Amino acid sequence: MNNIKKNRLKDQAFKIWGIGCTFLGLILLCIFIGSILIDGIQRIDWEFITNLPSRKAERAGIFTALMGSVWILVLTTIIALPLGIAAAIYLEEYAKKGRLSSLLEINISNLAGVPSIIYGLLGLEIFVRILEMGASILAGSFTLALLILPIVIVSTREAIKAVPKSIRDASFALGASKWQTVYMQLLPASFGGILTGVILALSRAVGETAPLIVIGALAYVPFAPATPLDEFSVLPIQIFNWISRPQAGFEVNAAASIIILLAITFTMNAIAVYFRNKWQAKLK
Amino acid sequence: METKIKSAVIDPSIKKKHKLEAKAVKVYYDGFTAIKGIDMNIKANKVTAFIGPSGCGKSTFLRLFNRMNDYVDGFRMEGEILIDGENIYKKKVNVEQLRKQVGMVFQKPNPFPKSIFENVAYGLKIQGINDKKYLLERVEESLKQVALWDEVKDNLNKSALALSGGQQQRLCIARTLAVEPSIILMDEPTSALDPLSTAKIEELIYQLKNQYTIVIVTHNMQQAGRVSDYTAFFYMGELIEYDSSKKLFTNPEKKQTENYITGRFG
Repeated sequence: MNNIKKNRLKDQAFKIWGIGCTFLGLILLCIFIGSILIDGIQRIDWEFITNLPSRKAERAGIFTALMGSVWILVLTTIIALPLGIAAAIYLEEYAKKGRLSSLLEINISNLAGVPSIIYGLLGLEIFVRILEMGASILAGSFTLALLILPIVIVSTREAIKAVPKSIRDASFALGASKWQTVYMQLLPASFGGILTGVILALSRAVGETAPLIVIGALAYVPFAPATPLDEFSVLPIQIFNWISRPQAGFEVNAAASIIILLAITFTMNAIAVYFRNKWQAKLK
Repeated sequence: METKIKSAVIDPSIKKKHKLEAKAVKVYYDGFTAIKGIDMNIKANKVTAFIGPSGCGKSTFLRLFNRMNDYVDGFRMEGEILIDGENIYKKKVNVEQLRKQVGMVFQKPNPFPKSIFENVAYGLKIQGINDKKYLLERVEESLKQVALWDEVKDNLNKSALALSGGQQQRLCIARTLAVEPSIILMDEPTSALDPLSTAKIEELIYQLKNQYTIVIVTHNMQQAGRVSDYTAFFYMGELIEYDSSKKLFTNPEKKQTENYITGRFG
């Protein structure tokens, strides 16, 4: 009798504890977003987005950093997507299961765990110096592409793996080659899953700061970049720069930029979720 | 048993009607022996059923005829499989070409997550055929062969996954027929279907045997009796008995066969 009561009490206690844990993160996030909104929302207008940087806080805009981020995002996608998907297809469909493939697998997981600043150093040496790209958008994109490559590979493999074996069987039994099966069945069927992984990887890339600082991205760029070989800044670096200024006006600017950056990543995540749901519905 | 099977082979008048031949076939999976040496001949334009308890090797044996075991890790085989007298396990054999000649229908209906039209046209498209009019003709013809045309002709662009299980399986058969194979392998094609759909598939098999050589694996003895001309009983990786279905089901030679078909084990 007493024991049952005790158990029930424990049960209740754990439930409350669990609810607390679940909401703690969310509450902190809400407080953070709330305070940022209060600080920065009044600063956001069209001019803030389209203005070039300025020494005066009230005239400074994020245009160059935003364009830098967009450039980086597009180029990183163009570089990482074919590499990552091809590697994933090879590992999942072509590679013979054996020591070599498990070695590759372990090391790809290891790569995913390498701190991003290390990628920055790698990028600095290979892309900026050896390949003489300079502190350009191209060098930054290659560096970030390396950074997200493991994520793209792992999520693409998961998406391909999720296509039922019966689809492969059916395709092979009709006389399709491996490549035809990959191209006409597996990729279309796993498209949503691949896209989800890629978008999540990119939303990480868009928030990366450290590796770009290491390769020499600038905090102050007078004009928006026009070619991939131009110098650049990105939103997180811009935020970092503004935060570290003494004038109060720049703090407001930083808060406003954070809102824009968050809006970009949240939108990307929402698109990822949308595709994932749509894709799951398709595979029933 | 050996002599019994061999004597059926030796008769010269029927020799050339052997569509499929297995010679001393053994199959290993990582050391495990799945098929322990089978010799068998399968006649053209007949339905041959493979029966036997789960794990007896009948599905593995069936999958040898279109080399679907090739992708299984650890698969190794000895012996020869001949189709129209040609060894299909020779080095220079084009496996894709072989599979166009030997179609396969699987246990669970497995349509592609694409439209009905795309499902049936797929086998032709991968051969590089893109003539829309020809594709449409072949799709219609194939769907008519499986008696599905009237049910889907207005919805060819609808997803194949929206069809019922029985319709999906007939679609899968139509997809196979569209490639114009001469042999169709069926791996328990009705085990996931309701009795009504099963009856339709059986009816279909009966009609198809005029044009195709059909080999069907089934767990359902009544089905083997109904649809097949010949039946082979497999047990523990060996071919125990192979005879006309009538003979095998009414007067089997082997005690094991009798025990199995009367439901005493398996």
